[in-house]
Amino acid sequence: MIRLEDLTKRFKTPGADIVAADRVNMEVPTGEICILLGPSGCGKTTALKMINRLIPPTSGKIYIDGQDTSQLDDIQLRRNIGYVIQQIGLFPNMTIEENICVVPRLLNWDIRKARQRAADLLDLVGLDPRQFLRRYPKELSGGQQQRVGVIRALAADPPVMLMDEPFGAIDPINREIIQDEFLKMQAELKKTIMFVSHDIDEAVKMGDKIAIFRAGRIEQYDTPDMILAHPANAFVADFVGADRTLKRLRLVTAEEVASTEVPVTARSTKVSDALHQLTVAKARRAVVIDSDRRPVGFVTAEEMAGASGTVRDFAHPLPATVPVRADLRAVVSEMFAHDTMWLACTDDHGRFAGVITQPDVTAALRATYGPDKGAGPEQGAS
Amino acid sequence: MEIFGFIANNWPVILRLAGEHISIVAVAVGLAILTGVPIGIAITQNRRVADGVLYVASIIVTIPSIALFGLMIPILSKIGQGIGWLPAVIAILLYSQLPIVRNTYTAITNVDPALREAAIGMGMTPFQRLTRLEIPIAIPVIMAGVRTAVVMNIGVAAIAAYIGAGGLGVLIARGISQTDPRQLITGALAVSLLAILADWALLQLQKRLTPAGLKR
Repeated sequence: MIRLEDLTKRFKTPGADIVAADRVNMEVPTGEICILLGPSGCGKTTALKMINRLIPPTSGKIYIDGQDTSQLDDIQLRRNIGYVIQQIGLFPNMTIEENICVVPRLLNWDIRKARQRAADLLDLVGLDPRQFLRRYPKELSGGQQQRVGVIRALAADPPVMLMDEPFGAIDPINREIIQDEFLKMQAELKKTIMFVSHDIDEAVKMGDKIAIFRAGRIEQYDTPDMILAHPANAFVADFVGADRTLKRLRLVTAEEVASTEVPVTARSTKVSDALHQLTVAKARRAVVIDSDRRPVGFVTAEEMAGASGTVRDFAHPLPATVPVRADLRAVVSEMFAHDTMWLACTDDHGRFAGVITQPDVTAALRATYGPDKGAGPEQGAS
Repeated sequence: MEIFGFIANNWPVILRLAGEHISIVAVAVGLAILTGVPIGIAITQNRRVADGVLYVASIIVTIPSIALFGLMIPILSKIGQGIGWLPAVIAILLYSQLPIVRNTYTAITNVDPALREAAIGMGMTPFQRLTRLEIPIAIPVIMAGVRTAVVMNIGVAAIAAYIGAGGLGVLIARGISQTDPRQLITGALAVSLLAILADWALLQLQKRLTPAGLKR
């Protein structure tokens, strides 16, 4: 857990003092990612760097897991906090292995233990240790370097990590991939993370909570969904963008919205039986599945009405299917691409997992705008 | 052809003088590394001190070598060393400060600020930062300063023959005073060759000292 209490930073300049952080109060629960978000010069980076004292606070307190960090020595404090910067900052004179082992060695780990840790961590981010341990940073691509930058910060297994726009310098395609990898890692490691970003999409994707900064103050500190659904003021609403409702699509997966009570039928089923099934279910269509329960097509009641034969004769192919784990943005994108009102969902094994319709999607977005769920806890503004 | 004959006949003398020459430059530049590198690192802490130190070092280089030798005679004769090997070494030590101090200072201050921030953020002490990051990265530029100092001062050491320091300058001085072009040309050739060889040897050393990750 990280707790900031009245954290303030004033820079003395020849005209007037500049207040970079103004009585910032916030708490990041253990195992959560908190995104510090805001326009440049809003104080988010200053707030972050006060935690590992790269910038000494003017006043206020910082607690990590309940301990007042002002009691700790700078060097000891920093060795127990993972730190990732946008420029990555891998040491060019050291191999990848030496880079990862820097903090463990500073903490006097046994060299063999540190090396084993380096190999394990490379494995974790999908870089083959045999191939990469002995390489130098300049021999890696930007994306590979940033992966190493992240695992270097994780090397000594610090409970807390500070990340200063860690994926900011990576091209958009690789950024998505690395973000996904990082979230997967975080699901296991459960570090307490402060993460500076200026990108609302990144914040919504990565954050358990988002703190929106302006002029050294927190304007709103809340979950991504609450910030998108209920911006605290005009500044926040403006910052998150006019398309904030569309951004919320990323926060919901198809699984949460899809309806599983949809009639299914096999190709060999008699039309009369399928029609009976539809009548009982009060449905207009059924999804056709194969023997492995994979969705392969659909039939409608209208087309089968009064006919004989089997379902096979009336089945239409499905325009597309979506993984049930996909977020609603991907689902809607598929719907628009195939000009369809509904899509069949599949689980990890490709088996039928329900149907999602456009009304389901809009209903899901409307749900958190409703009056009963509306006034959530909005804290932080000071 | 006369010259080749002269060189062939005086081979042992030429080698002895070359040995003296090398000893003057090697000792002086060696000491200059031991003083110049720490000075170059120390002045990175304060911009104004750095400007002052580099200014003084630049002024020293503008003093003509023959005048510097002359200046040292009354000072060093108090310890009975007014002429000879010691004043030559001291002069070259002073001349070497500029390239070595300046290159060290420039190399350390030019280390990417992001690397420094990462190192501080990871909890390195200032000394660890210096020995594990800044000096290894600065090595090629520091070595380039050492090479400049060596090449420049092989020429200066030739003039030290006039204050009795020995070295290949002896051949040049005699060649002039005896109007003997054989000695003059032999001395000049030997000094040039020595400078070229020393530069090449130090380049090889520079390559070996440069961390593998910084090589192109």
